[in-house]
Amino acid sequence: MTNIASIDVPSQAGINVRRIREDFPVLRQTVHGKPLVYLDNAATTQKPRAVLDALMAYYSKDNANVHRGVHLLSERATHAFEAARVTVQRFINAASAHEIVFTRNATEGINLVAQTFGRSHLGPGDEVVISAMEHHSNIVPWQMVCEEKGASLRVIPITDEGALQLEEYERLLGPRTKLVSIVHLSNVLGTINPVQQMIAMAHRCGVPVLIDGSQAVHHLTVDVQALGADFYVFTGHKLYGPTGIGVLYGTERVLEEMPPYQGGGDMIESVTFAKTTYNALPYKFEAGTPNIAGAIGLAAAVDYVTGIGIDRISAHERELLAYATAALSEVSGLTLIGTAAEKASVLSFVMDGVHPHDIGTIVDQEGVAIRTGHHCAQPLMQRLGIPATARASLALYNTREEIDALVAALHNVRQLFA
Amino acid sequence: MSDLRELYQEVILDHNRRPRNFRAIEGATRRAEGFNPLCGDRLSLYLKVEDGVIKDASFQGSGCAISKASASMMTDSVKGKTLSEARDMFEQFHQMVIGHADPLALPERLGKLAVFEGVRQYPARVKCASLAWHTLRSAIAAKDEVVSTETSSATEGHG
Repeated sequence: MTNIASIDVPSQAGINVRRIREDFPVLRQTVHGKPLVYLDNAATTQKPRAVLDALMAYYSKDNANVHRGVHLLSERATHAFEAARVTVQRFINAASAHEIVFTRNATEGINLVAQTFGRSHLGPGDEVVISAMEHHSNIVPWQMVCEEKGASLRVIPITDEGALQLEEYERLLGPRTKLVSIVHLSNVLGTINPVQQMIAMAHRCGVPVLIDGSQAVHHLTVDVQALGADFYVFTGHKLYGPTGIGVLYGTERVLEEMPPYQGGGDMIESVTFAKTTYNALPYKFEAGTPNIAGAIGLAAAVDYVTGIGIDRISAHERELLAYATAALSEVSGLTLIGTAAEKASVLSFVMDGVHPHDIGTIVDQEGVAIRTGHHCAQPLMQRLGIPATARASLALYNTREEIDALVAALHNVRQLFA
Repeated sequence: MSDLRELYQEVILDHNRRPRNFRAIEGATRRAEGFNPLCGDRLSLYLKVEDGVIKDASFQGSGCAISKASASMMTDSVKGKTLSEARDMFEQFHQMVIGHADPLALPERLGKLAVFEGVRQYPARVKCASLAWHTLRSAIAAKDEVVSTETSSATEGHG
């Protein structure tokens, strides 16, 4: 097996991007006759060969159902699945593998917490605090449970640059606050929120905190114990892993007292028609056959990025972000959306007189893949007073040449819409 | 860029820059809202219908160049048409953008609207071009009623 970290011609940031790109077969294609420039990583990332090989190997050699069999294949599958859980535990520095619940994605993780912790802790007049920059997945589950329980949502406002107003957050924390749920890294603005500080502030008021780390885990080092998060969610497909697998981390203490989410096999200890008792953590929250291959693929993705080093990936992306920010600022009539002091990996923008949808179509013709629209953040769009943005988002395999291609394509936009 | 020119033809760019009938209609008899949640294109359509004929058509809203140009050209083309003629035009336009129409027959049926033929090469944009037309169809299907841009209390007491 090739260890990417040992094949190394260090760039300024210490990673050999040219070498890394060879690990991603999907990047070798042309789009409308031009080389693919994939800048839609906040929507989903591409997968390295190591992940593809792990998925193939599992289904070719080790596939069996987990936890229930006594035959060799089921032992191998169970071992691989539980080893994946430990890999994830170490990746985010959770205290125990029992605190890692495999879900379908981050959205499911948030829904799980809303429907179990939320339902059992919220009553009439209680409050859940979120922010104005949240993705719908960190808004709607709370709206649903608040409506059911007669509780209400309080929203931390943001500055025009896209930073949270911490004084307002302080004001919102009160005796009725039962949970705070905040994004770590904004998928629209790129803002990195001071979550460690925010968690400390909430804990001083006895309020637990959920952090949505969907965009964060592959751009920053995440240590859930250092952060003090009560819950942390993320999703595999944004971390160079397969779709259909996500992670909910919760402290053992808080997970222990939560009622189960979905009922069925595996999450039980014993079942009779008179009474059913539930399984221990984390299985209490993993009903039915899990996405075994997905977990194994996710672990392979985690191994891949830790093999390179999140610090080095982060440094490369930071450099690229600075280059891209400068380059885009030179395009006439272009305004960057999201200019907080602490940000990473995401460049949202609008252009005078051109709707983002049109920008997206035109740059697609040049092989450049960006995303346009409200990015599942309609309240944020409303706050910013715009219907949509165009968004380029970076990953470890992106290069300066690709940013140049984006800028050239944006000049095409200008030309067409002169 | 020649492929893009098939979608973003000069007349479409012109209608985007200077949309025709970009206003509300006071005393509109039909009104319908259109919204494309995938991209945020929004449209309010106003019609003034008398004796089954569209006397005036206009729109307001925000959206991409394709949706705006489509709404602009649509409102121009349905003025003076009967409701059933407008409904037919919806069908023809729809068939064209989803690629089922006979390209040779387009100009005589749709006139200037045939410029949107290029949209069928861009499936992601078909909804942009047809938003205005789907909204028109809703407006045609609705009943005649005074849709006032003023408050309802202003029209109370009038016989």
